Amino acid sequence: MTVHHQISDEYLTDYAAGNLAEAFNLAVASHVSLCPESRARLDEIEAVGGAVLEHCETASMPAGSLEATLALIAAGPPAAAAPPPAGHCTVLPQPVRDYVGGDISAVRWRPVGMGVKQAILSTSDEATARLLYIPAGCEMPDHGHRGLEMTLVLQGAFLDGEDRFARGDLEVADDDVSHMPVADEGEDCICLAVTEGPLKFSGLLPRLVQPFLKI
Amino acid sequence: MLTETISAPFAVSRVPPATYSVPKSKRDENRVAVSQTSIEQTDWANHVLRICTHGDQAAFAELFQHFAPRVKAFLMKSGASPTLAEECTQEVMATLWHKAHMFDPAKASVATWVFTIARNRKVDMLRRQRRPEPEDLPWGPEPEPEQADVLSRQQEAERLAKAIAALPEKQRTLVQDAYFGDLSHREIATRTGLPLGTIKSRLRLALDRLRHEMKGVNE
Repeated sequence: MTVHHQISDEYLTDYAAGNLAEAFNLAVASHVSLCPESRARLDEIEAVGGAVLEHCETASMPAGSLEATLALIAAGPPAAAAPPPAGHCTVLPQPVRDYVGGDISAVRWRPVGMGVKQAILSTSDEATARLLYIPAGCEMPDHGHRGLEMTLVLQGAFLDGEDRFARGDLEVADDDVSHMPVADEGEDCICLAVTEGPLKFSGLLPRLVQPFLKI
Repeated sequence: MLTETISAPFAVSRVPPATYSVPKSKRDENRVAVSQTSIEQTDWANHVLRICTHGDQAAFAELFQHFAPRVKAFLMKSGASPTLAEECTQEVMATLWHKAHMFDPAKASVATWVFTIARNRKVDMLRRQRRPEPEDLPWGPEPEPEQADVLSRQQEAERLAKAIAALPEKQRTLVQDAYFGDLSHREIATRTGLPLGTIKSRLRLALDRLRHEMKGVNE
């Protein structure tokens, strides 16, 4: 699989440095899971982090720190996190499965109107992650947005202006962009969409229901 | 696996002060003898191996002496108080011991591995968030790392360090701020008042240059 729309180095660096909100981390981790080239670039960018750490200034540790750490070690490793849900899913990569708590059949879709469905994933509230289900050929409501938006295609494809985004492709939109993604014909489109702040739908009806939908 | 050795309880004893010193290469800027490089870097990978296979406390003490003050500085730059940074550094170093069996010297240098552990602790500490990680590759890590890969990671780390030092001042500062701190590149733009485009192009130029060096491509 070739991914045509890859994440930029700047956002990959933010991810490597741990400086993105959880919902954006989810989008980046999922994209990297589906895109070997981005994974290779992430390895390089983390290697730069290692070199920066190696050659950074130091802050001395107080006396007794080593002994305290050895005592921590002797106490044993912290309880391991629950193992990820077993099995394989051809739609959701592992990071998304972790948030859904299962494969695509476990997603609790809510209709948003015009055949579009969504499921909000639970993350910290600086940004919102949701799965979107858009029937083939359907338009997403026309929307602009405040701040950053990342959209990762998991199934099918969508068209946005001149560009076509298919599985693994990540569209990153910065401020002040108004765009109109349309699901491509052939297959219903499933995306992971992450936004900073609420979407601003420009149609009247979606704007009215927006507060109730938490979008 | 060797987890039994790792988690076996042991008496906490006074560890003799580490007398480790990293041999400094005094070669010219661009050409580093491979043997010199491998002495400097293999050592840390070998320390991790000794912790993994023998629960070697002396090896751990040397790693601690080298990396703990760096991890502490990293966490403080990200906004932690000295006390919190010390506490988290101890946890990072303990994690290093517990996960020694997962370290793959063919994939990353020890410094890079420590960086990722410290980074994850930082996300947990400052943002109180889970950190989604990419899905493991289906073929998994190699049981026996290829020596050629291990060596190339070491050479890469050495070249990278020199390349960072050689970056123009503005690019180097930005690279350091991008990794050390709690701001994304967009937030750095807001904070410094520099246009976002300037931040992006500066960071990209720096990363392109470093990537170029890592791959060992000569101009």
